[in-house]
Amino acid sequence: MSSQDNMSEEHLPEAAEPHGTGLSVKDDPFADPGLPPHEPRRTDVDERAARRAERQVALLFVVSMLATVAFLVSYAVIDNSKTIYVWPFGHVLQMNFVLGLTLGVALFCIGAGAVHWARTLMSDEEHPSERHPIEADPDVRAKVLADFKQGAEESGFGRRKLIRNTMFGALGLLPLSALWLFRDLGPLPTTKLEHTAWSKGKLLVNMNTDQPLKASDIQTGSLTFAKPQGVEESDEDFQEVMAKAALMIVRIAPEDIKSRQSAEWGYEGVLAYSKICTHVGCPISLYEQQTHHVLCPCHQSTFDLSDAGKVIFGPAGHPLPQLRISVNSQGYLEALGDFTKPVGPGYWERSA
Amino acid sequence: MSTNDANAAPARPASKGEQLADWADGRLGIYTLAKSNLRKIFPDHWSFMLGEICLYSFIIIILTGVYLTLFFQPSMAEVVYHGSYAPLDGIRMSEAYKSTLDISFDVRGGLLIRQIHHWSAIVFVAAMIVHMMRVFFTGAFRKPREINWLFGFLLLFLGMFDGFMGYSLPDDLLSGTGIRFMEGAILSVPIVGSYIAMFLYGGEFPGNDIIPRFFTIHVLLIPGIMLGLLVAHLILVFYHKHTQFAGPGRSEKNVVGMPLMPVYMAKAGGFFFLVFGVISIVSAIASVNPIWMYGPYRPDQVSTDAQPDWYMGFSEGLIRIMPGWEIHMLGHTWELGVFIPLVVFGLVMMAIAVYPFIEAWITGDKREHHILDRPRNAPVRTGLGAAWAAEYLLLLVGGGNDLFATHFHLSINSITWVVRIGFFVLPVIVFMVTKRWCLGLQRRDKEKVLHGRESGVIKRLPHGEFIEVHAPLDQEDLYTLTAHDQLKPHELPPAVDENGVKRKIPASQKLRAKISRGYFGETGQIPKPTAEEHAEITSGHGHH
Repeated sequence: MSSQDNMSEEHLPEAAEPHGTGLSVKDDPFADPGLPPHEPRRTDVDERAARRAERQVALLFVVSMLATVAFLVSYAVIDNSKTIYVWPFGHVLQMNFVLGLTLGVALFCIGAGAVHWARTLMSDEEHPSERHPIEADPDVRAKVLADFKQGAEESGFGRRKLIRNTMFGALGLLPLSALWLFRDLGPLPTTKLEHTAWSKGKLLVNMNTDQPLKASDIQTGSLTFAKPQGVEESDEDFQEVMAKAALMIVRIAPEDIKSRQSAEWGYEGVLAYSKICTHVGCPISLYEQQTHHVLCPCHQSTFDLSDAGKVIFGPAGHPLPQLRISVNSQGYLEALGDFTKPVGPGYWERSA
Repeated sequence: MSTNDANAAPARPASKGEQLADWADGRLGIYTLAKSNLRKIFPDHWSFMLGEICLYSFIIIILTGVYLTLFFQPSMAEVVYHGSYAPLDGIRMSEAYKSTLDISFDVRGGLLIRQIHHWSAIVFVAAMIVHMMRVFFTGAFRKPREINWLFGFLLLFLGMFDGFMGYSLPDDLLSGTGIRFMEGAILSVPIVGSYIAMFLYGGEFPGNDIIPRFFTIHVLLIPGIMLGLLVAHLILVFYHKHTQFAGPGRSEKNVVGMPLMPVYMAKAGGFFFLVFGVISIVSAIASVNPIWMYGPYRPDQVSTDAQPDWYMGFSEGLIRIMPGWEIHMLGHTWELGVFIPLVVFGLVMMAIAVYPFIEAWITGDKREHHILDRPRNAPVRTGLGAAWAAEYLLLLVGGGNDLFATHFHLSINSITWVVRIGFFVLPVIVFMVTKRWCLGLQRRDKEKVLHGRESGVIKRLPHGEFIEVHAPLDQEDLYTLTAHDQLKPHELPPAVDENGVKRKIPASQKLRAKISRGYFGETGQIPKPTAEEHAEITSGHGHH
């Protein structure tokens, strides 16, 4: 067979090595018997099987072509916003579903055809190819090292220490200018992490209704989110402000409040805590009204709001800061100042 | 004039194709390059295609990623949405989020390309980890392939971070929470944390810079480095020639298999289309990262089940199980509850990078290795790899502790405690079990070599005893099962030298000898059957 001739060893790189090591099995029961002889496949010996395989490969390629045409047509005719129900996937965007399937089939069939072709019709005879050590032989090694020494000698690099040292100095200093250029990536931290938008007299505004909150709005067992008066969603710095100032307000029956300071910093059992987790800064949002625990959904730090925001489980390292509040003359809840401790995660400059 | 030279050309091009090839050869030297590569031999084993999945998913990521950049706006400028996804109409969001919605709902096929991009990233990192495990457990990282192992490690490391940045770009509620987590993690770094955070975010979190900066790093810097590493990785695979498993006719000095052209061109080329096809079909039927369900990022909002993509899950586990240690000293805070997991994350990754060099130091083996180990024949290495994998999987569980709690109705506190204790205990148990398992398999191999395989035929002897007839293995199996070499433990020189003076042995050498005994001593491997043992048993009478 001509295809077998083409597979003869002279067409392979370094195909000189004979099969097996030539060691006699009698000397060593575990000797290498050498490459086993090639066993022909059905398609190697039966021309009808080979032709069937050929037709199968061609069929796969034809299916791919049909799928591509289907893709092109679907792109043009399907309504982009149409949703269809497909069992068992549920409601899906028709465009995405059809384009993905047709593209997938078009690609898959090319791959399946090529692999089937390789497995059934291309020669599967295995050939050895000799390896050569990666390491150079000693002559080459000696030559290269001598070349290098000569080059180094001719440069005077080792002899002229003044040149060498100043060059190292210049090359060592230069990257500093690159480092300097990164200085304006951002401002220095200064005391930015210590302050929030809260200050004395600022009203607590309901996040959902955008109205100032009265103590009577807060029911026992409820959880309300608030922002400082004057902060609007359309503000340029809304995100930065809320990343620190977000507040959660709860009402706990005064006899259930364990920490005296917590009770004093609230108003008739209405307590305001920072919503920003002291672990890595997720907004806390899961409140258990019976136990007064809040749980951060990110890493499950759990804080006791009846006990000064103490950490009772999870990876957070310090309590949730509480905001001192009271009511003003019209009965609206107001802050008595900023948080006394920085909100959010700990950092090196944080003193407590 | 040298018309003679032209006439002296040895062969005239037979076709247009040859003519073109001659033209290219005269300028690029392609014939010399192709001489040893066109019919290059590659060995066949199913596990050798794992690396191909990495390569192909990377190519798919590049192709689909370029398409996405044509529509994506990496900007945090705020806009009010009035696009075709009605539930978010009138909502304030960044241009990044809006353009991602537009890609998903207004660009025809845009959602598909987004899904293929994301699914390929998931497959890419998974394939890299599995490919790496194949290389590890078969010892393919040994000389001369240590550098290529490092290239692969860097690809894994960069791939993970590029994935993180990629899914952060849409600026949705889930990924924004991830970016916030990153801020908290950076803040925990002693001394420089708050400075790095301010520089990275261009001021206070979230600022307006992080998405455009991530974009440049995600689409240009990291992929550029990865492309370079990938090419170097492949060049070394060609240069070293592929490893192979032991078998008849296969030795350290050859590689046995089929030629690149045509077999592997068809198989590997076809495999690219298979991988692409499967990912396309998955993208058609399974939604990944449906950002329109999460909504735009707001620092005062969060959703439950906040999970990173799977490859960041083990770092999430570390963060979740760490107790909240925090030390206040001289007006400063050591935020250890966050910083220690950050360091351990680095150590878990570095363990991968350094292992080949540690093993090379222990064995002192300077030879080239091209025949792969069966995992059972390197019990300590296999045990260590299994222990690492167990730790990794345990941390994945820790990273999803909320999901395990809600799906299996367990207490989240108990799951966290189980993972905390398991972090120290599980790797040790898995190491011991795996090592013994390997030793058991070695014993079985030895048994098979010496006594043959169980034939299933029961014979009754004249005196009434029943025995099972064992059929001797054929020569090929005998060779394959005994082809691995077994190293001897590293011996320290005698404690006193020839003059009776006490020898000074560095502590590092003592440690090396101790570990070496663990690897290759009596408890580390079962001695291979020798020719004498084989002869004794096969020549004997009445054995079974």
